[in-house]
Amino acid sequence: MTALGFALRRPSPLVLAGGLASVLLLLVALSLCAGRVWIPLNAVTAFGHDPRWTVIVELRLPRTLLALLVGAALGAAGAALQGYTRNHLADPFVLGVSSTAGLGAVLVLYFGLTAVSPWLLPAGAMVGAAAGLLMLLALAGASSSVVTFVLAGIVIQTMATAATTLALNLAPTPWAVDEIVNWLMGAVADRSFEEVKLAAPFIAAGVALLLSTRRALDALTLGELGARALGVNLAAVRLRIAIGVALAIGASVAVTGVIGFVGLITPHLMRPWFGNRPGALIVPSAVGGAVLLLAADVLVRMTPAAVEIRLGAAMAVLGGPFFLALLIRMRRRIT
Amino acid sequence: MNLAPPTPGLSATGLGVRLGGRTLFEGLEAAFEPGRVTCVIGPNGAGKSTLMACLAGLRRPDAGAVRLGVEPVLGMGGAARARRIGFLPQTPEIAWPIDVAALVGLGRTPHRTSGRSPPDLAAIASAMEATGVAAFAARRVDSLSGGERARVLIARALAGEPEWLLADEPLTGLDPGHQIDACSLFRRLAHESGYGVVLTLHDLPMALRLADEVLVLAEGGLIASGPPAEALTPEVIRRAYGVEARLVAGHHGPVLEIVGRHAA
Repeated sequence: MTALGFALRRPSPLVLAGGLASVLLLLVALSLCAGRVWIPLNAVTAFGHDPRWTVIVELRLPRTLLALLVGAALGAAGAALQGYTRNHLADPFVLGVSSTAGLGAVLVLYFGLTAVSPWLLPAGAMVGAAAGLLMLLALAGASSSVVTFVLAGIVIQTMATAATTLALNLAPTPWAVDEIVNWLMGAVADRSFEEVKLAAPFIAAGVALLLSTRRALDALTLGELGARALGVNLAAVRLRIAIGVALAIGASVAVTGVIGFVGLITPHLMRPWFGNRPGALIVPSAVGGAVLLLAADVLVRMTPAAVEIRLGAAMAVLGGPFFLALLIRMRRRIT
Repeated sequence: MNLAPPTPGLSATGLGVRLGGRTLFEGLEAAFEPGRVTCVIGPNGAGKSTLMACLAGLRRPDAGAVRLGVEPVLGMGGAARARRIGFLPQTPEIAWPIDVAALVGLGRTPHRTSGRSPPDLAAIASAMEATGVAAFAARRVDSLSGGERARVLIARALAGEPEWLLADEPLTGLDPGHQIDACSLFRRLAHESGYGVVLTLHDLPMALRLADEVLVLAEGGLIASGPPAEALTPEVIRRAYGVEARLVAGHHGPVLEIVGRHAA
């Protein structure tokens, strides 16, 4: 049927997926080599027969895996939130969810609850993320207005940041302050397989939950009434998105701190290639987010600086102007 | 469309809705027949959109029930209901600039299939054929004119292969030419393909031309119903809209002329 030849206009999804996968593999190889000392690839492929193998397995590998996991979580959450809110500016960070997850984790750290169980850190962050998202949906409600959502996000972010600052202010020791601030800045450096184990199951579950809403997100292209007319149960979709984002973002923030803008940028980078259908963007955005965050982390490691730049700070430097450019483009479209 | 098992009728019994302490309508009784175009008309704020949402099973009325055959639409479950009743909301939103074929494909959502299976593709293709949008299947929806968009949205509803097609103000924003095109499309769908078609309209002369049956919703209930030439009497129009109107003989049947505001 020629009428359905529309799929031929873009490179086939298989070619695109192959391209993304090649970039990803290349970056993984680069990530295992790059760092304070450059380790050539033949040392990596020597599999244990090189004295530097420990560095690769104990430092570089978990760092690489975490960047991939957290990038995928942020990308998928961004794509799902943009689809659900039909809002180009939606992102776990912009909407304040990352900040409330950060607050949850800070409270766990502050009260020293990690001594009880290391799982309480991701649990605290997930509860924080869920609370932030529920507040957002309560504040912005059924409105799909871009402005309402972003304003609600700013309110939540401001409150979460204020509460975090208060916790720092009241922190018992300067050492505790230092630890929390460092962690809040967001990084995948100096992490071990413990962090990978802590985050992976929740991120996997969260992304799977987000993936289950693909058809509903597509239907939401027609607005809430349009989606309901197509038999979509909006309350169920909202719950899945809220839990999925809370799991993925909570677990990510718990192990890497707050890293912004990946969720905002990635879907925009994927749309020219994979089309605008929101449900079809979740998987590419997860892979794209993993590529983006790993690329940024490799870049951060290879930048000659006295102190290594924090990944969260680097993403903010990158994401801020992108956010601005998006706003300007949207304003031009409205006027 | 195969009408072998006849499409069951859509009926409202004792329907009542209150909105913010105000009774929109109550005790509303109406029966809709498949294969006919029924137009719901009435002044602003009479509750036409609310009535349509109730008929489509998207709103729980405060009293009464809507049934498809003998089955209450609210008890049917979202997907099952959506497979049988296609609904076009007023001021349709299209949030993302997707391809026309993908937008029409959204109509397959209630079938819970992949959206790309042979029956899906066949339904999408025949919906685009019926509405004459196959030629721009590959275009992005943000590049369409208002008239093209309206047809694409109708195609989206048809792609779900429903028995009923309910559309809230489908002619709003269309120029007269495209209004007439859309009207004849709705009439063809009802008379030739056997769909039950229910529309709300603002344009009284258009309702007279288009409808097999009109329902006039005003003063908290139906003040008239029947074939348009019988139901749309000057008295009914005066009661509903507060305007003076008269039927004049035209080339293609009676034409409604609105003379002016009714002096109370």
